[in-house]
Amino acid sequence: MEQILANGLYLGAQYALIALGLTLIFALMNVLNFAHGQMYVLGGFVTYTVYGQLGLPFFVALGCSALTLAVVGALIERFLFRPVLARSHREESSMLLAAGIAFFMDAVILLVFGEKQRGVPKIVGGVLNWDFRLIMPYDRILIGVLALLSIAAFILFMSYSRTGRALRAMAQDRVAAQLMGVDVDRYAMIGFALGAMLAGLVGGLLVTITGVNLGMGGPTSIKAFLMVMIGGAGVISGAIAGGFILGMMESVGLTLLSAYGDITYLVIFASLMVFLAIRPQGLMGKPWG
Amino acid sequence: MGTGLRIAGVLLFLAIVFLGVPWAIQASGRWDFYYTLTSVALLAIASAGVWLTFYIGRINIGQGAYALTGGYVSAILVMQAGWNFWLTLPVAGIFCALVSVLIGLPILRLRGVYFAMVTLVLTEVARLTALALPITNGAKGITSIPLPGEVSILGLTLIPAIDTFGDVKLAFYLVAAALMVIVFAGMYRLVNSRIGHLCRSLQQNEELASSIGVNITYLRIVAYAISSFLGGIAGAMFVAISQSIYPSSFTVVDSVNFMLNCFLGGLAYVFGPILGTLVLYFGWDLLFETGRFQLLIYSSVLILIIVLLPNGLLSVFERKRATAR
Repeated sequence: MEQILANGLYLGAQYALIALGLTLIFALMNVLNFAHGQMYVLGGFVTYTVYGQLGLPFFVALGCSALTLAVVGALIERFLFRPVLARSHREESSMLLAAGIAFFMDAVILLVFGEKQRGVPKIVGGVLNWDFRLIMPYDRILIGVLALLSIAAFILFMSYSRTGRALRAMAQDRVAAQLMGVDVDRYAMIGFALGAMLAGLVGGLLVTITGVNLGMGGPTSIKAFLMVMIGGAGVISGAIAGGFILGMMESVGLTLLSAYGDITYLVIFASLMVFLAIRPQGLMGKPWG
Repeated sequence: MGTGLRIAGVLLFLAIVFLGVPWAIQASGRWDFYYTLTSVALLAIASAGVWLTFYIGRINIGQGAYALTGGYVSAILVMQAGWNFWLTLPVAGIFCALVSVLIGLPILRLRGVYFAMVTLVLTEVARLTALALPITNGAKGITSIPLPGEVSILGLTLIPAIDTFGDVKLAFYLVAAALMVIVFAGMYRLVNSRIGHLCRSLQQNEELASSIGVNITYLRIVAYAISSFLGGIAGAMFVAISQSIYPSSFTVVDSVNFMLNCFLGGLAYVFGPILGTLVLYFGWDLLFETGRFQLLIYSSVLILIIVLLPNGLLSVFERKRATAR
């Protein structure tokens, strides 16, 4: 039991961090970022290169991942999403762009890093063993704690900094924020960069545990969409809740349902559909986003 | 556009599809293009369904689920009940339409990204269900499905067996193209009918439409059922051509591609899905020779197109018309 809960928490912390970036981008721009999983993979590969190949300290690598993705995110917003959103008749057109960017990032990652599974040396060795009731390697615990710290830092940033306030105002009502003197173009870019940065950060954190490969992008995007849907699109607390709920469901489901074969995700998806049919806006979302 | 010009355009299109393409393939010797173009025709049919849901203002990323369902219905009926393929084709479509009514009743109340996400999840549900059910034979799928046989009534052959043609590839191409032409003729008729106008009112403002007496629930279900019907027959046809189906035959990527086909062609144009599918699928195939740069070139061109023409390829003509005025 303790084991299941600990696994769920550990998964949930990472999932929440991925979902945060996605929901932030959605809240600000109404863009469903299909490339979020690819951003995560890119972050993983940057950490792999800096920490695994060049041998620099892990935290430097993590910083590089975050910085790279922030720059990539800012450029994508400035030169791709902004012009397209300004000129298209229906804002759903941004989905085509997002998917195109996902393909493009896949292609770049394939050419630069190859299609092999990559891993890095462990950051700390050893395993926590509490009476055989709870067994968890120390590096997982460290990564879980780092993820929790990042979430806390993000919430503090959004709540108390000037930028965070501007971003929240934009998420609530873009026009009103603009009338109050918020430079929405600038903050949309900052927000997109921040969302991409979070994806890169998780990629960098997770590469130490699961490694990284090209194929992880798509499934990660789908999981991130799920979490955002559970919590409510564009709501920060909802994304965190969604992340932890999905992490727990996965952890509990894999234990309970393992006897019936590989149906954990079928059950999760089916129950999600029922849940959304009853409560379309998720746990905390505003109706119709 | 005048009526004469329009008829000429349609005739030209038909001539290209049924005469021009076979001639060009004959001349160039690229027989593999038949398979590519057959796929384009079938994917365009499925995309037409997605386009129709766009038309009522819903982003549908779940067409893969219905294509998969249609494929399995046809495969199971042919293999286990011994039905003729041509009979299973409409049955697969109708089965998908019925399923979509059941699923659509609750989920069509959702809008925007919420509907998009639920349909995306639906694709995964379909794949995982196909993996878990015994009748679909799990990950091994259903293979060596016979080619479509002949249909005859009282000894009169209505549709000859597909292998009596000298060239199976050509036969399949013609069948798929004919199906596509019929579907898009129907779509054009539908969009320019009373229901089409009502659908457009849903796209703009559901509350307003409802307030002036449009039965929005009924209309949404009808549009979604037609959409899923098209997905089902496209999937069934695909199975007949590839003679096999697996849970991974239609996945989230395919669902997303169906949606992209619509976007690329332009959401405001009935024939957008044909052009979008042709450019995306055929373009991908043509780039095969560039080897490992295939995806890079493909995605760069895709991004370039969407940045230059955010309202779809067919909006090129619109801009010309606007400047001419």
